[in-house]
Amino acid sequence: MTEPAKAKNALELKDLSVAYRVAGRNRAVLRNLSLTIGQGEAYGLVGESGCGKSTVALTVVRYLPRNGLISGGAISLDGQDVMKLDAEALRRARAESVSMVYQDPGKALNPSIRIGRQLTEIFELGGITGQAATDRAVAMLNRVRISDPPSVMQRYPHQLSGGMQQRVAIAMALANDPSMLILDEPTTGLDATVEAEVLDLIAQLRQELSASILFISHNLAVVSNMCDRVGVLYAGMLVEEGPTEVVFNDPRHPYTVALLRCLPRGGQRKDQGRLDTIPGFLPGIGATIKGCAFADRCALADDRCRTELPPLYELSDERGKRLSRCFHHDKAQALPRATPADVAPAPKPAAVPVLRVAGLNKTYASHGHPLRAVKDVSLDLRPGETLGLVGESGSGKTTFARLLLGLVPPDAGGTIELEGKALAPKLENRGDDQVKAMQIVFQNPDSALNRSHSIRHLIGRALKRLAGLRGAALEARLNDLVRSVRLTDRHLAVKPRQLSGGLKQRVAIARAFAGDPRIVVCDEPTSALDVSVQAAILNLLADLQAKEDVSYIFISHDLGVVRYLSDKIAVLYLGRIMEIGPSEEVFSGPHHPYTEALLSAVPKLDQTETARIRLDGEIPSATNPPSGCVFHTRCPRKIGPICEQQEPPLAEAQPGHSIRCHIPYAELRRLQKPAAAATVPA
Amino acid sequence: MSAVQTASPPQEDVRRRSPMAEVLFSLLRSRTFLVGLAIVLFWVACALFGEHFAPYDPLADDIINALAPPSREHWFGTDQIGRDVFSRVIVGSRDILTVAPLATLLATVAGTALGLLTGYFRGIVDDVVSRILEAFMAIPVVIVALLAIVALGTSKTTVIVVIGLSFAPIIARTVRSAVLAERELDYVAAAQLRHESALHTMFVEILPNIIPPILVETTVRLGYAIFAVATLSFMGFGIQPPSPDWGLSISSNYGMIGGGFWWTVLFDALAIASLVIGVNLAADGVHGAFND
Repeated sequence: MTEPAKAKNALELKDLSVAYRVAGRNRAVLRNLSLTIGQGEAYGLVGESGCGKSTVALTVVRYLPRNGLISGGAISLDGQDVMKLDAEALRRARAESVSMVYQDPGKALNPSIRIGRQLTEIFELGGITGQAATDRAVAMLNRVRISDPPSVMQRYPHQLSGGMQQRVAIAMALANDPSMLILDEPTTGLDATVEAEVLDLIAQLRQELSASILFISHNLAVVSNMCDRVGVLYAGMLVEEGPTEVVFNDPRHPYTVALLRCLPRGGQRKDQGRLDTIPGFLPGIGATIKGCAFADRCALADDRCRTELPPLYELSDERGKRLSRCFHHDKAQALPRATPADVAPAPKPAAVPVLRVAGLNKTYASHGHPLRAVKDVSLDLRPGETLGLVGESGSGKTTFARLLLGLVPPDAGGTIELEGKALAPKLENRGDDQVKAMQIVFQNPDSALNRSHSIRHLIGRALKRLAGLRGAALEARLNDLVRSVRLTDRHLAVKPRQLSGGLKQRVAIARAFAGDPRIVVCDEPTSALDVSVQAAILNLLADLQAKEDVSYIFISHDLGVVRYLSDKIAVLYLGRIMEIGPSEEVFSGPHHPYTEALLSAVPKLDQTETARIRLDGEIPSATNPPSGCVFHTRCPRKIGPICEQQEPPLAEAQPGHSIRCHIPYAELRRLQKPAAAATVPA
Repeated sequence: MSAVQTASPPQEDVRRRSPMAEVLFSLLRSRTFLVGLAIVLFWVACALFGEHFAPYDPLADDIINALAPPSREHWFGTDQIGRDVFSRVIVGSRDILTVAPLATLLATVAGTALGLLTGYFRGIVDDVVSRILEAFMAIPVVIVALLAIVALGTSKTTVIVVIGLSFAPIIARTVRSAVLAERELDYVAAAQLRHESALHTMFVEILPNIIPPILVETTVRLGYAIFAVATLSFMGFGIQPPSPDWGLSISSNYGMIGGGFWWTVLFDALAIASLVIGVNLAADGVHGAFND
């Protein structure tokens, strides 16, 4: 390692323009992008998908795909002009001074080579071999807080969990002691609890290492927790830049303002007003942009915005240097709402439950061992009510939803009652009326919508089968339905692939509502969408609920989203309900230690440093659940042997609020008191 | 998948070009496919209109000129009863280009149905049908052909049925694996939540999505079918004299090679080879276009 000159910036992009050659035309992706990352600084780059974030990461090390071309500008890495490097020097720069960590660790690791070999290989390239390389590899794994490195080194990537894989990928990235670390959505595919661990690790490593960080993420809260400065990218242009806290608390570009408004924050709920949305779409790559790129979607835009490209205004003050590419930067926060906040008052849920589940179990056979995916779940759902299901992946949320729908038959013994009538365990044996009364909106519309069928066919077929409509009546209802999910006629003739993610999800919602359902299961319906689109979908779901008096079972890993939509929350762990109760009570506490940990793991936009509760390790295997309370192996509030020996009952602590824990409710209240106010997700 | 696609957003409200148009576009830019297609179309033209531009009647004998070497009058020479080899090669594509595609079509239809059935129902249906198909695949085509000819007599239909049924299990296997992957997608669950029948789910929901692998498999199988038809007619099964079929001609003339009359066999063999190569090139192109 050479001693870097203090004056040099770790990374400097100057007027960088990048285009992709598609169908014989160069299409601009990055437009005159300039940014600087100082030594040891963590710089966050945010923006919706398609604005060029990943292209920045690829361009820095000249990893662009074959059709990508740098059409102008300069990249300087540690004072070295990257554009001037020959193949060998570029290879050395990539090997020695820059490292990247990608979104999907499963793809970044070679599946057929043991972890140890993959790690030592990096040292061998640097001339360290044999035992020395092995020792260094062990040291690296220790550094990323992997316990028992020798055994991990003997394993193949698929034998590690997602969080462990990402740690190994980070260890590999750090192996050559890079001066620049590029993290491209490093925690996007991970559970909130695992994400929190990985982010903690990165934050700790920052203290130990001198590396500068370029942190790319669509998640504003993650960036706000990790980075010193943040740049907001829109259509390949930097629209705002500044110290993270200042930008997020006092944004000066309408796009930043709008993005922040799309998030349900501070415990906002559906009956307190709609979320704001961003109308329109990101300009396509290669689109000619006259004036401000955001002008078409901005309510503040005037004629000048549409014809003249705003310069990057420098708005530095005592809080630091900041930039905004907006003529109206002084009144950006006065951006009018795109969606009116007012909501119709929701009808009071009736007292008689529409759905009643009692003693529901599902056991799979896994290599001869029983795997209890869902264990003894009982709950009620009233008309017009939303039940939020939360828990880490593997907690049984989706299995429970599939049991309700009849897609998977439950074990004998449990009962599911819909409007007072028992439902057959298998879908084939349920009546048409019962089938149409319970529908689902799947997580991934690409999988849920048949890609060979037109939108008209997709919705029409559902109307025909579920509502029993034909001919003109079908046509009329189709038009109504399409309007109520805010699609238009011109969407009907196309195939799903021709629509954006948000529009596809609207089609899926229209299909679920075709037969006037009583209950709609929403399985992570917005997790694949950008925040502005997510806001529109959440508004739509809330509006439809108020209008149709339908009940939702809403599954999501995003607790802010769950909180916005849910009246009632059930927290699942290893297929068991650990806590169930009214949304406000579950969120504000006192709550189950697991709920407490889940809430604590959520990255928050409003940086209030609180005592964080971290869960160690992964959710245990359901084939061999821990004895006693299944959560005792990870529980930060374990009280003693009783937790290991006896499974606590799901006891009612308050009317309608039950907790499965040996710690008495009053004691939980005392333990969680200081943190209770701060564990509310932002 | 290139990085452009992963990085490119849903931009316009509705995107124009359909996936089928994209496949067609990349097919028309694939040199492999175009060369293959040109060869195949040449032989198809010969099959359809061959007798109009063949210089002689392919069946007319001319004993005096028997076994004449290639010359200006007879470009490819004449065979043992004086028939013009050039004309026979041109018109000889007709039978093979009827029998092989029909056999492939039969194989595709039967294979697709079996693959959908086993992939959709899985479990016991899959186990039983798949084992039977595997057993069937273990028997060489020639032996099946012999048995079929004993049972049904020699005819083009027999050849079509024999080749069609021998290839069906291979196509069924490809279709089955495609169906197994599709079945896991949520649109199948969505169909079940509409109480759709199994037939509807298989043929209306799943089938349109597995057309690409079926098309690829079919074009590949066509190449093999041409080879199989030629082999069977060489062995005397199926296509019967006096058809100028290539395999049949080779079979009736190959004894002549020893006497130095190479032209009676070589051009037919080259014709078979070129057609098989043409089909395989086209198949390669189709495969590439669907897997870009």
